[in-house]
Amino acid sequence: MTALAAILVRDMRIAVRVGGGALMGVLFFLVVAAMVPFAVGPDLALLKRIGPAILWLAALLASLLALDRLFAADHEDGSLDLILMGHAPLELVVAVKGVAHWLTTGLPLVVAAPIIGLFLNLDAPAEAALALTLLAGTPALTFIGLIGAAIAVTLRRGGLLLAVLVLPLTVPVLIFGVAAANAAVSGPVPFGTPFTILCALTLASLVVGPFAAAAALRQEME
Amino acid sequence: MPVIDFANPSRFLNVANRAIPWFGGAAVLAFAFGLNQAVVAPDDYQQGATVKIMFLHVPGAWLGMLGWAVMTVAALGTLVWRHPLADVTAKAAAPIGAAFTLMCLVTGSLWGRPMWGTYWVWDARLTSVLVLFLLYLGVIAVWRTVEDPSRAARAAAILTIVGALDLPIIKFSVDWWNTLHQPASVFRAGGPTIHPTILMPLLIMTVAFTLLFVTLLLAAMRNEILRRRVRTLRLMQASAAA
Amino acid sequence: MRLTASNLACRRGGRDVFADVSFSNGSGEILAIRGRNGAGKSSLLRMVVGLVRIAHGRLALEGGDPELTIGEQAHYLGHQDAFKPSLSVRENLQFWAEFLGGGAADLREPLAAVGLDPLADLPAAYLSAGQRRRLSIARLIAVKRPIWLLDEPVNALDAAAQESLTAFMRAHLAGGGLILAATHGPIRLPPVREVWLDQAPSPQAAGEEP
Repeated sequence: MTALAAILVRDMRIAVRVGGGALMGVLFFLVVAAMVPFAVGPDLALLKRIGPAILWLAALLASLLALDRLFAADHEDGSLDLILMGHAPLELVVAVKGVAHWLTTGLPLVVAAPIIGLFLNLDAPAEAALALTLLAGTPALTFIGLIGAAIAVTLRRGGLLLAVLVLPLTVPVLIFGVAAANAAVSGPVPFGTPFTILCALTLASLVVGPFAAAAALRQEME
Repeated sequence: MPVIDFANPSRFLNVANRAIPWFGGAAVLAFAFGLNQAVVAPDDYQQGATVKIMFLHVPGAWLGMLGWAVMTVAALGTLVWRHPLADVTAKAAAPIGAAFTLMCLVTGSLWGRPMWGTYWVWDARLTSVLVLFLLYLGVIAVWRTVEDPSRAARAAAILTIVGALDLPIIKFSVDWWNTLHQPASVFRAGGPTIHPTILMPLLIMTVAFTLLFVTLLLAAMRNEILRRRVRTLRLMQASAAA
Repeated sequence: MRLTASNLACRRGGRDVFADVSFSNGSGEILAIRGRNGAGKSSLLRMVVGLVRIAHGRLALEGGDPELTIGEQAHYLGHQDAFKPSLSVRENLQFWAEFLGGGAADLREPLAAVGLDPLADLPAAYLSAGQRRRLSIARLIAVKRPIWLLDEPVNALDAAAQESLTAFMRAHLAGGGLILAATHGPIRLPPVREVWLDQAPSPQAAGEEP
């Protein structure tokens, strides 16, 4: 197995075995989505209108939670030192860790979202659009989050700083994700327009995220 | 044999090994009888055959609540009396209770769609059962996340006792609030309001599901005891090879 | 192969940790890095590996692979053991063997060499401190790299394990490798040169064993 494949397998094994496994993110997603009707009231028409936005926000927060330990765990047990001594470039290692994070956190959210959409009274076209936008957008959330996770790696309670750093960077993804999900259901704008921009944002983050995160990690290590 | 003797895990394993086949067999018979009665029972004049979802939905609700009640008693056992089997009971009961609650939610949702036009509505009864389901998932998460089993037991016990507040809310939600869900029809002051031709299959199916619950609980407790023994053996193996 | 350092200086957290450190270490030679606690022994090792920036001075490797950095041709045995508690002993070692490249396909030999093969499928969380150290040492045996940088290597090891480690180090030197070790205790492997980070060498000349 190559070095990068070894990192992918290791990270996925750890994600599945530790801390309640991959389903913890889905559980958080479900709980947050369930909180909103308590806050805004049970008006089904209102929930249907804001449903995609609620689910996008919940997906964003759920993705963020699992990022906290992404680099911090390796830093604390000395694995990061050895990773820097491997032959694989740090940028690729970071990208592969991002892929592992998305497969174990983001992808389960995409699968769970339509089910949770039922609670918010979303109908079939809205559910389909939501799932598609989450599929295209959650990788961006992960890869942008890598940057914050790398910057906060040496901090004990880095979780809050991580959120403060990452959330503003994810605003474009949030805007276009929700716009695309809503466009499929209502509004004059066709689904394709915000959706292609969302895809572009994701592709850009796949490149920018690992480079920025690797640079941040190197700075922190010194 | 006094009940306190079952506190010994080994003795419990012996009893469980003998009891599980009996409870399982009884459950199978009860299901056979109950399903037969359910199929034979008359259709509702308004809802047609969909009313028979009740035979899954109502037992699911009762057993979901029974599961939490079992966990609450076990939680008291852990915190107050430090009974050795209490931890095991609480951990084993959680996924089973969660599964029954999920069955209640899903069957209710499928039943509600033709009747109310929607899969879900945020009324008091449905919401409090959903909260129960989320509490179950939370307790299961505590069991899976905390490494040390006895610390996990105490944390889960506290959460369980606090969460038990949800049970009376579920029961009385249809009385206290104006809900879309129908009011109580079986356990109410004036006696059941359901016609016997529907009530009998319902009770038989409930008995069947309860026997299933007991069978699954005993089997899960047995598994948990064996799992803990494996863990102890591994710890001993690691320290022996030092 | 020869590793040469000239006038190395280190600054961490705004203070000068050490300055003007020079040494030369060749194949088959072991260099002991001495100094009191806080003198910067760990920092020097990490500087050679590339984890700490060189504030001043030069570090050069002759005879190695010119395409690779020093760190990519070295093993670093630091204070931490770099293992994941949720993976088994075998899975941990297998990961490093695959990631660091050129790792042994058969892990039984390194695991047996450090005496961990009966525990190979146990989750690493069950290991004692000494066993974890031995797992780290197994990494050095499983993946062949010419330079070994050892930071207090005998920490947490009992007498038998220390003997084992000395044997591994002897074999590594015999195979043309070189070792830099930061340690307080004596090193029972000739020839030993010493570099002191904070004081003049003790009256006992470098290379003599008690």
